[in-house]
Amino acid sequence: MRGLIEDDYVTEEGEFVINIGPQHPSTHGVLHLKVWLDGETVKKVQPHLGFIHRSIEKMSESLSYRNFIFATSRMDYLAAHINNEACALTVEKGLQLEVPDRAKYIRTILAELTRLQSHLLWWGCTGLDLGAVTPFFYAFREREFIMEIMEETCGARLTQNFMVPGGVMYDIHPNFQKRTKEVLTQIKGKFQEYDDIMTGNVIFENRTKGVGFLSKEDAISYGVTGPTARASGVSCDIRKLIPYSAYNQVQFDEILGTGGDCYARYMIRMHEMKQSVSIIEQLIDNIPEGDFQTKTKNVIKLPKGEFYQRVETPRGELGVFIVSDGAASPYRIKYRSPGFSNLSALPLMAKGGKIGDLVAIMSTIDLVIPDIDR
Amino acid sequence: MNIEELKSSISAILPSAIYDETGEFLNVNIASEELYPLINELRSNSEFDFDYLFCLTCIDWKDHLMMVYHLLSKTHQHTIVLKAKISNRENAEIETVFNIWRTAELLEREVFDLFGVKFINHPDLRRLFLSDDWNGYPLRKDYVDENMISL
Amino acid sequence: MEINKSMEGPLTFPGQVHETADGGILVTKLDDVINWARSNSLWPLVFGTSCCAIEMMSTAGAKHDWSRFGFEVARATPRQADLIIVAGTIVMKMAPVLKRLYDQMPEPKYVIAMGACTISGGPFFYNTYSVVKGVDHVIPVDVYIPGCPPRPEALLHSMITLQEKIKNEQYFKKKIEDVR
Repeated sequence: MRGLIEDDYVTEEGEFVINIGPQHPSTHGVLHLKVWLDGETVKKVQPHLGFIHRSIEKMSESLSYRNFIFATSRMDYLAAHINNEACALTVEKGLQLEVPDRAKYIRTILAELTRLQSHLLWWGCTGLDLGAVTPFFYAFREREFIMEIMEETCGARLTQNFMVPGGVMYDIHPNFQKRTKEVLTQIKGKFQEYDDIMTGNVIFENRTKGVGFLSKEDAISYGVTGPTARASGVSCDIRKLIPYSAYNQVQFDEILGTGGDCYARYMIRMHEMKQSVSIIEQLIDNIPEGDFQTKTKNVIKLPKGEFYQRVETPRGELGVFIVSDGAASPYRIKYRSPGFSNLSALPLMAKGGKIGDLVAIMSTIDLVIPDIDR
Repeated sequence: MNIEELKSSISAILPSAIYDETGEFLNVNIASEELYPLINELRSNSEFDFDYLFCLTCIDWKDHLMMVYHLLSKTHQHTIVLKAKISNRENAEIETVFNIWRTAELLEREVFDLFGVKFINHPDLRRLFLSDDWNGYPLRKDYVDENMISL
Repeated sequence: MEINKSMEGPLTFPGQVHETADGGILVTKLDDVINWARSNSLWPLVFGTSCCAIEMMSTAGAKHDWSRFGFEVARATPRQADLIIVAGTIVMKMAPVLKRLYDQMPEPKYVIAMGACTISGGPFFYNTYSVVKGVDHVIPVDVYIPGCPPRPEALLHSMITLQEKIKNEQYFKKKIEDVR
């Protein structure tokens, strides 16, 4: 078994071929890029995947319908609640199960908190990639508040497993609403600070404006979704197009940009953070009373057929495709991950720019490599 | 277009298509040799205009392989699922859709890596996740590996 | 003139004091000074593959701060790092890369295996074809941390344990009188 990575070499035309990764501080995981360079200009980029391929799809074929949800927490670990929710929704679609309203509200509030902490970490790491170290510490300071809420409610900071087919696992504790409102007040006051540090900065604008352009037709053809596609003008927010859980009861905007470059992608995520705060504020005081879970049988068996559910993660559209043949384990599970398609547009966006631009593009696409390799 | 119009338009192009409406989307079952003309028409004809391929995968049904394509049109907002049956397990081959949707390049490489389906006219067909000298195709149901520990 | 052998100073003092005619000379045990210097300035390598890397980044953040223990600079290159914290699952394709990084680090080097995936394959033990079931199949490990993912406080506890382990090392060959 060889994981052969060739050493750097020079081609006959005089181009340098260098390796970036797999161990590199700015690839957000283990991604190996082979880059053809002419001086400092990038001629061609070839990504190599598979350095964290943990065979989740094969493993899920031998687990039960309650058990297979844990692996998706580890797949895209920054959006663990949303991944778990997607799996639970697919199983409920197969069983045609109705989820109580209280569970829907709790699911949506936790999903928006997850989106907020994922965008905060993205903001910190973008600053770190472009050379600014301070945003990293500021982002992690805010993230710790949200992690504390997760720990009080679900028991774990990062890989929560709180969603089950039928609802949520336990009821929220009595202090949940008060704590969440305190944390939101603290975070809302910091948005101005983030804009002061990075958004208006001259160096930041020069490094991101006009860099990594992606047109609307290319975005649809490459299957790009999420904030990366919305910056090019593609309307693809699943929360608006096919609402699930409690999203049809809140007012929020789908933010579309026109620039298609790194700066537009950055601004869309900053606006999305504010939208998430506003969604939680609309829901937090109106959680209805009732059950938090619909009872299901101990051994869940889906009827024969195929079921597909799409949700909106902080990176884009996640699709869970379950094929069932009537047994207690799924016959085939396919996860349509958002990072996979977003990454396939990277060679197009990076061609013609410099190496520093390649780093800026990778950080604004917001890649999480275990999500791509599964 | 609603489901009836889709069915009649597709039957006009390919009369041998079999429909299945039990699930959430309209499923169209065809053989693997008939895939390319139909799928090209679905993309280029402005009445269909299926410009977004959001899932491409393969299922192993023990005596045949089934390729599944989920297509969506952003202008007309209709969805369709194409299923192409590959009967020959030893030499599984099908046409590539890379020149219609660019997203298919990496998705087809993944199917080749894990199931062993060869895509004709694909620009760069090699393994994606596993190293180049791996034996076998892991997601097939008859895959045997002595390093794998089972319960 | 009597030389007063092994007149011990206070317990925390790393040495023995010998008295001579002119005044007190401090002769320290060279082991203790070397171990003290090494353990209080271990620089980790930036290496994280999956979820445990996020908890490692949280430990580097402002709330649980690892630089107060000496792990100030996280180096990106293995040539200047002392410690590699393997955070995340190691897959068969990644194992040669990890071995190459470990070989590039200069002596003395230490390894912390963080998380259940690196101890024994973790949640990916059954029915997976590509996971290395434990990173000690590839490189020798000093400290193991259980958890999926372990809390930042657990990582700090393991770093302190590693510091205590280093303080017990022998550089010159001498007998250890009491083992902690």
